[in-house]
Amino acid sequence: MAKTLKLVSLGAGEIDPISVSEYRGIGGYRALEKAFSMRPKEIIGEVLEAKLLGRGGAAYPAGKKWAQLYDIHETPKYIVCNADEGEPGTFKDRLIMEKLPLRLIEGMTIAGLVFGSEHGYIYVRGEYRKIQKVLLRAIEAAKKENLLGKGIMGSSFSFDIEIVSGAGAYVCGENSALLNSTEGRVGRPRIKPPHLAEVGLFLMPTLVNNVESLASIPSIVVMGGKEYLSLGHPDSGGTKLVCLSGRVTSPGVYEVPLGKVSLRDLIFDEEFGGGIQGEGEFKFVHLGGQSGAIASKALLDTVYSYSDLRKVGLTVGSGALVVMDSGVSILEYLKKVSEFFVHESCGKCVPCRQGNRVLLKFLARLSRGSLASEGELLNLKRLISAMSRASFCGLGQTSATALKSAWKAFPAELERPAAFDKLQVGAFPLP
Amino acid sequence: MKPELTEEKVIAIMDGYGRSSQQLIAILLDIQEASGQNYIDETWAALAAQVLGVPLAKIYEIITFYSMFSTSPRGRHIVEVCRSAPCEFKGAALLLGNLEELLGIKVGETSQDGLFTLKTGECCGACDKSSIFKIDEDEYGAADFDQKSLAGLFNSKRQESEAL
Repeated sequence: MAKTLKLVSLGAGEIDPISVSEYRGIGGYRALEKAFSMRPKEIIGEVLEAKLLGRGGAAYPAGKKWAQLYDIHETPKYIVCNADEGEPGTFKDRLIMEKLPLRLIEGMTIAGLVFGSEHGYIYVRGEYRKIQKVLLRAIEAAKKENLLGKGIMGSSFSFDIEIVSGAGAYVCGENSALLNSTEGRVGRPRIKPPHLAEVGLFLMPTLVNNVESLASIPSIVVMGGKEYLSLGHPDSGGTKLVCLSGRVTSPGVYEVPLGKVSLRDLIFDEEFGGGIQGEGEFKFVHLGGQSGAIASKALLDTVYSYSDLRKVGLTVGSGALVVMDSGVSILEYLKKVSEFFVHESCGKCVPCRQGNRVLLKFLARLSRGSLASEGELLNLKRLISAMSRASFCGLGQTSATALKSAWKAFPAELERPAAFDKLQVGAFPLP
Repeated sequence: MKPELTEEKVIAIMDGYGRSSQQLIAILLDIQEASGQNYIDETWAALAAQVLGVPLAKIYEIITFYSMFSTSPRGRHIVEVCRSAPCEFKGAALLLGNLEELLGIKVGETSQDGLFTLKTGECCGACDKSSIFKIDEDEYGAADFDQKSLAGLFNSKRQESEAL
């Protein structure tokens, strides 16, 4: 039986992305029509009941975020879509924007209707310049059909969407940095609180949701939160787009119901990854992005859901699954991850800016074959703890996650297993 | 050879965005693309500052913060090899070596004809085709090329530029 379940990616590649009529042909805009007959609170209730967890990486309950913004009465409110998909190994928002931009637009329009907002922004990373053009054409097409702009579907509700471009900065995926960048400024994160729901874009109340989260809204409105929840895991409803890359036979984006498949299914099942490419054997999979944890063979039977993964120290994150085989050295892999964070740290705070450099230096020394002393390991432990507690935003707070999990999974390979034992995940209580 | 970017052209780009300073990043990306040398000259930055009513320092801050911008001239085309983990462990180093040999330059350099600048970058979000290189906005999977077709791709880019 097929394990894939298509809700958010339904019709991808089968319809003309900018044709409103073809999108309607696969059920498009039924949700917006239905939303007009509902009260805003009812729609928020459905999103709450659906237990839609934020699909960008932080897994914050979308319904909760919506309810908080709804209770704020200041206007205008802004709807911002986080399309700064910069997490290595993640290419799922791209699929939606390239192939089903109207589903994202419909989701945003429903959010606009709920919050009485007139302006939406899609912040798209600079590397996706070509995709920005697809979105612009889709917006134009929706306007022509009176699905965006003034008096949508003959109602008194007006909503417009603008595209804003990034220009190569991973940190802009952090929501407050993203808002700074959307305002045309340098994308460094803001201090929180105040939360973005209260003081967001142009200091006004703002909803920031990921592409996949917003594109899931139409399904929730049409089928109702209860049914959406039942399709997934009791703790987190619906489906997740999973991005398989690295040394698997069939890399790509797959949509799976949460809680119904295991990591092993995703990597080895013919329907998904199809196993390891070439002669090597599976060694590890890096989940959720560079700031996620690494899973070795021992964790392959973990069910792919937010709570099952969390129990074993893993995360869904962005949905990335970067698979590596026996030919890859864990140390070299970790060095690559560390280089990424050194490159992408925005430089605003010391723990992240300097901490990542020290981490990389340490890994580089290990990879040259020198052993770490007891004292050095203790210092490193303190450094990681300081980074995770004192960094300004999620980037620095989580940049040692892969390292910590790898220590647990491959202590022998990281040399001096006895010394590294003390550095297991449990040794670092996170805030 | 290269179309010189004129004041009128820079202003037209800003007009295209309603001279909105909120769209500064997009405006600067367009100016950079139109420059023919993939960089933002101080004269154009100063002009943008004046027209959009923002300090020149702010524009400088943006150009130096975001990795896609350059303050010095580069090749007409930017050739970028992804060095993020999913590409790195699927042959990015080999790909980079091939491109260096083909173009006769090292990372960070520009080919003598001024057409190509070779650089490395972080994930461009096409990891299903890794390892990846980009020529401007187009992504290519290294696995789809052999030495001959790779050379052919760059030759066709050269011919395109000559035709201009």
